[in-house]
Amino acid sequence: MTTTSTTSHAINRALHAAVSTRPRPPRASPVSASLAFAWRALLKIKHVPEQLADAIMIPVLFTVMFTYLFGGAVVGSTGEYLQFLLPGTMVFAVLLITVYAGVNLKTDITTGVVDRFRSMPIWRPALIVGGLISDAGRNLLAAGLVLALGLVMGFRPEGGAFGALLAVALVLAFAFGLSWVWATLGLLLRTPSAISAVSFLVQFPLTFASNVFVDPQTMPGWLRTVVEANPVSLLVDAVRGLMHGTAEPEQIGGVLLAAVLLVAIFGPLTMRLYRTRT
Amino acid sequence: MSTDPVHGDLAIEATGLVKIFGAHRAVDGLDLTVPAGGVFGFLGPNGAGKTTTVRVLATLLQPDAGTAQVLGHDVVREADRVRDRISLTGQFATIDEELTAFENLTILARLLGFTRAHARTRAEELLDGFGLTEAAGTTVKTHSGGMRRRLDIAASIIVTPDLLFLDEPTTGLDPRSRNQVWSIVRALVSEGTTVLLTTQYLDEADRLADRIAVIDRGRIIAAGTPAQLKASVGAGTVQVQVLDPDRRAEAARLLTDALGVAVQTGADDGLLSARVDDPARASLALTDLTRAGIDLTTFALGQPSLDEAFLTLTGHHTQASSDARKKAT
Repeated sequence: MTTTSTTSHAINRALHAAVSTRPRPPRASPVSASLAFAWRALLKIKHVPEQLADAIMIPVLFTVMFTYLFGGAVVGSTGEYLQFLLPGTMVFAVLLITVYAGVNLKTDITTGVVDRFRSMPIWRPALIVGGLISDAGRNLLAAGLVLALGLVMGFRPEGGAFGALLAVALVLAFAFGLSWVWATLGLLLRTPSAISAVSFLVQFPLTFASNVFVDPQTMPGWLRTVVEANPVSLLVDAVRGLMHGTAEPEQIGGVLLAAVLLVAIFGPLTMRLYRTRT
Repeated sequence: MSTDPVHGDLAIEATGLVKIFGAHRAVDGLDLTVPAGGVFGFLGPNGAGKTTTVRVLATLLQPDAGTAQVLGHDVVREADRVRDRISLTGQFATIDEELTAFENLTILARLLGFTRAHARTRAEELLDGFGLTEAAGTTVKTHSGGMRRRLDIAASIIVTPDLLFLDEPTTGLDPRSRNQVWSIVRALVSEGTTVLLTTQYLDEADRLADRIAVIDRGRIIAAGTPAQLKASVGAGTVQVQVLDPDRRAEAARLLTDALGVAVQTGADDGLLSARVDDPARASLALTDLTRAGIDLTTFALGQPSLDEAFLTLTGHHTQASSDARKKAT
């Protein structure tokens, strides 16, 4: 009896101590608020590592499967095909997982945790920017895996290590721009799975009707026109060019411009929706 | 910059607030005045507009009409200044289930501008004060409802707010957890925070609140101190279950005479209920019934339920209870 009341007194004292200290630090800067959200995303991955399954499985599966499945048929040798295919699978794998930008945002909104963030005095875009920082980590993991696996399987970038790194950086830059599209959809669509569904519906035709797997030279004229105008093809051309040291400045400039445009359009749109729709 | 509210200031002043979702007027011309300090009980059934009102006041929703000042700042034009001084604990837990209690608090502290070291000490201090130290390192998923609720409130007071919105903090909690939440609310108030607490339970509002407003269909239908409110509803009800349904009419007559109020006959065969303002008259009624030889299976004196309060204040039952009634028939 005495012990219970002693403990309850102790708890009461601790309770009053906790609520009576009224610390009021200066507001977090946009950078530190964004980094805190990125840290939050990393901690979530630590507790639920399954979240990374896609970022690991898709690169591994695509690189290995497509190389050995199509290699013989398309160019007669898997080694030669890998030289052509790898930049494409890197683009394919990374673009597919960019959808997490929207899925994670929608999941936060569905669980109500965003309500708390929105009632706090923090820089508004921090939640989304922080999410994109951790997404960039996820994209880097996927791109790195494709490259590492490719090197093991015999891929040799003719543009050297520097070219390969630039290629990865270009993929990440475009992925960052594209992520804002998913963030916008994350605020527009009703469920996280709806975003994944839209992503597959859009990305599969765009990827297969591109130059990821085959050289458009072999295609009938009308299809070739479509494939060469496909933005995925333009991205793959630039990445392939960097990997093999044949990239034209305007190819790279085009991709970077596209990334900037995506951010310029979908960034403000996302923030507007975030303010008004949730 | 901002000063703490002195006594007599208003924590909330809302005029003609309207929030419409499609065709549904969730908040429909709501006027609300909440003085600074103490607990303000915001009472109403499910769907009455409590949560929508709280969301407007906490800057999460923009009103379609009307104005609201929170701690002297307009919730639309000065939302940022409002957010500096309020905190919201939503009806559904707004913490990350996949993370541990400690991680949840440190992340929020970092977002509020605490240094890494200070965030850790503040998290530990709160976990200690809320009796959550043992659960600090486990993911919230594994916590009980009461623990989550406490963590949720702890998360809201990392920077102790001047005004805390608690949206149905005890709904679904067992009595022990409910008491813990009540102690937290009392401790906060004693340290100077104003608490706006929404609830469906009249007894909760009665025990905690200094002032109460009753909301129905998006409007305030009654406001005052708990004593004033109860006086308008009746101090309580007496419920009588007659063993022999044939003698119900006779029992009703005796009760009417003894209590001096109208007696309602319940849906159940032998059930009678009546408002009583004075418990002494209820005991007189019991004596009369016994003397008349009417056997009773129940004679209970209770606080008016929210539904009874509603019936008195609005002339209609709460939505939840009419739904239950429809289901029962």
